Amino acid sequence: MTDAIQDGPMLAADGRPLKRSLARALRAQKMRALMLIAPLLLFILVTFIAPIVDMLFRSVENQIVSETLPRTVVALEGWDPSAPPDDAVYAALAYDFIAAAERREHTRLGSRLNYETTGISSLFRKTGRGVDDIGEDYADQFIELNEAWEDPATWTALMGSADWNTANSGDVDGAGTLFQLSVAAREAFPEASDAYRSFARTIQAEDDDSPTAEEPWNPVYMALYRDLSAGNGASYDGPMADLIAEAMPAVASFEGMSPREAFEDIDDDWLDLDVWGTIEAFSDPFTAGYFLSSVDLQLTPEGVTAQPEEQRIYLLLFWRTLFMSGVITISCILLGYPIAFLLSNLPTRSSNLLLILVLLPFWTSLLVRTSAWKVLLQQQGVINDILVWIGLVADDSRLALINNQTGTIIAMTHILLPFMILPMFSVMKTIPPSYVRAAKSLGATNFTAFRRVYFPQSIPGIGAGCILVFILAIGYYITPELVGGRTGTFISNRIAYHISSSLNWGLAAALGSILLAVVLVLYWLYDRIVGIDNVKLG
Amino acid sequence: MKIKSLMLLTTGAALATTGAMADGHMAGSMTLVSWGGAYQQSQINAYSDPYAAMHDGLEVIWDESSAEAVARLRAMNEAGNVTWDLVDVVAADAIRLCDEGLAMEIDHDEMLAPAPDGTPASEDFGDLIVSDCFIPQIVYSTTVGYRTDVADWNGATPSDICAIFDTETFPGQRSLERRPIGNLEWALICDGVAMEDVYDVLETEEGVAQAFAMLDTIQDQTVWWSAGADTPQLLADGEVVMGSTYNGRLFSLIEEQNQPVAMLWDAQVFDLDGWIIPEGLPEDRLARTLDFVRFATDTQRLADQALWISYGPARASSAPLVGQHAELGIDMAPHMPTDPANAVRTFLFNYEWWADYRDDMDARFQAWLAQ
Repeated sequence: MTDAIQDGPMLAADGRPLKRSLARALRAQKMRALMLIAPLLLFILVTFIAPIVDMLFRSVENQIVSETLPRTVVALEGWDPSAPPDDAVYAALAYDFIAAAERREHTRLGSRLNYETTGISSLFRKTGRGVDDIGEDYADQFIELNEAWEDPATWTALMGSADWNTANSGDVDGAGTLFQLSVAAREAFPEASDAYRSFARTIQAEDDDSPTAEEPWNPVYMALYRDLSAGNGASYDGPMADLIAEAMPAVASFEGMSPREAFEDIDDDWLDLDVWGTIEAFSDPFTAGYFLSSVDLQLTPEGVTAQPEEQRIYLLLFWRTLFMSGVITISCILLGYPIAFLLSNLPTRSSNLLLILVLLPFWTSLLVRTSAWKVLLQQQGVINDILVWIGLVADDSRLALINNQTGTIIAMTHILLPFMILPMFSVMKTIPPSYVRAAKSLGATNFTAFRRVYFPQSIPGIGAGCILVFILAIGYYITPELVGGRTGTFISNRIAYHISSSLNWGLAAALGSILLAVVLVLYWLYDRIVGIDNVKLG
Repeated sequence: MKIKSLMLLTTGAALATTGAMADGHMAGSMTLVSWGGAYQQSQINAYSDPYAAMHDGLEVIWDESSAEAVARLRAMNEAGNVTWDLVDVVAADAIRLCDEGLAMEIDHDEMLAPAPDGTPASEDFGDLIVSDCFIPQIVYSTTVGYRTDVADWNGATPSDICAIFDTETFPGQRSLERRPIGNLEWALICDGVAMEDVYDVLETEEGVAQAFAMLDTIQDQTVWWSAGADTPQLLADGEVVMGSTYNGRLFSLIEEQNQPVAMLWDAQVFDLDGWIIPEGLPEDRLARTLDFVRFATDTQRLADQALWISYGPARASSAPLVGQHAELGIDMAPHMPTDPANAVRTFLFNYEWWADYRDDMDARFQAWLAQ
């Protein structure tokens, strides 16, 4: 051998380190493989993973409060929860609320907050009807002072930037260009200019109207009153300065309801600390509230507390779902193992026939199968009739086999049985009969041969069947709904309720996330204890 | 041959399109959503068949998704693709859809036909317009049916709603709907609360406890149903001796299937069903929907529907026009929940109250059930 033994890394033919060039070749191969599955991967990502992630994201998402009531949320910072907030907060609420009512978003927020505090839904609906009257008394007094305040042009000249006014002068068709505030107005009248801009942009977007043609909402007048009486705009010298100069001393004698009184006038629940506490507690764009609700806790202004005892239900349902899925899995093993054993030991011809019988239920609608169980199991049903007829059960004490846990377990065991039998069967099929014969020839009894030789080899099939049945059972919905009655329903029935009926998608997403997490944890545990390599589907 | 038939097809399609286009700017098809079953059939017979006969080439598609309409509409709205034109929902769902901004606000006088005597639609429907987005169609009620052949009752017959809670005179299993709405009200009425005070009492903690305590007395003898067909089946099988369901279901059980069952009208809980138009329909589809809804909710059409099913028309002016059942030939008026003889003691949901308390009461009710 003439090759000197070299130090350092081994080199490939082209002189690069072998490790690196190997890695490169492998990477190219991997990329090619990835390209091959890319269409499928993309398809799954877009149609399956993304919607699920989007749905799960709803369990923490809570932008609706800060988007619908942006000023209120800011004004409420630092609020002392022992007394209703001050007028500035109520004024901010008036500006937010009227814009939200115009966009028809206030009822939506009302339904959202009603999940947390009962009564907010109707409070918001009622307020939406009355909010345009807030500030009406000030509007009347401004107009009485000078009719120019009634003219939309006064307001656009006062509030709009010069550029915007030029672009939107004359007859404007539709909404015109997006309203821009003048710098002078923004500095002089912080509250009124903000309220006016919100008015202008809302009517532009919602009604396709131009601010040049519409008198502002009443709360805008209240905002101007609040600015002027606070002394804002004393040195204002922009357009309409003479009107401001005229109004400035006059506002001192204006009379009207303060923002808080105005809201109290609509509904005195606006003085309720619970309402404000709820708005404050849920003002963050993200919330743990849904997750807390799904474990029977609640987010209150005082922090996290337990739900009232008579409303606790989710932990019980989670526990029941896990417990009953376990019972169903075990009964599937007990019923399925002998069948799979028989199937795998019969001659192919008869085992195929029997296999068709196992598969037969798959060709019948799930609903039909479940309804059939109703007919069989009810108290005046076939099974009870037979039991009474043979005298096992007295006629007046027929067994309650349905509309309870028993019903759910019986019906679901039947429905999920094929998922247990099939993996067991395909694993048992591969166990050579000679092993058992060998064990027997070495002196083992039938039972020992089965226990020490056959059974251990069939465990991977049981494992696969258990995972399939348990995970399917944990998310089952329609069967428990139909035969579960009071005590046999699962957590998925509540998830379905919140998705389709109460529209509390956030809570449904949180419950779903927890269920998913529980399944993943159980899967991990299973992997640690049994080992996922020991699972075979055939 | 092939080309010829293709040409024929195209001409046919073109003709169909012109037929639809004859209505100007209206869409040539519409998708209506309802509940399926006998109810949807009554709507097809009374509304969409006559309308389609008047409009050549109009394609009417029926979808049976009303039960999950709220969730589906919200999903469609988020996806920006609303495929439904007119949706049949119960009043509570209409309120929710309106709150969520998923249903269009209706100007009832503007968009709906007046009564034959000129009364504007909003007066003809009256109080039944429970939401700005809701076009009432029928009044139905949840009421109680009982078997007439129960030996254990020794000849006693239920005469009022409280028979449900009277397990001594009327022993046997009952069936009630698996939701708090209606059951809490009945429980309070049978515990001595006056009908008009029910919601005031329910607003208090003690009142709710009182209602649940009353329900406690029958909890272990009650089957809780979630589908309207459950109680009729349970009654027919003798699985329960009395149970609540919709009056139309009891009508068909008693009159069409001749089962030994009778019904109570006492303290029937009125509810409403009607149309909503999804928010954000394109102009041509909206025009078609408005045209149809104006036709389908006029006085005669609402009265026609009652020929096929025993639900009361929502217009006051339709009541005198209700005739005989189209197949059985019996007078339908005495089977209407709104018939004066039946409506002696009735209950209309307080929708506003339930909109507020629904989440709370439901959590409580489910927790109570699960224990």
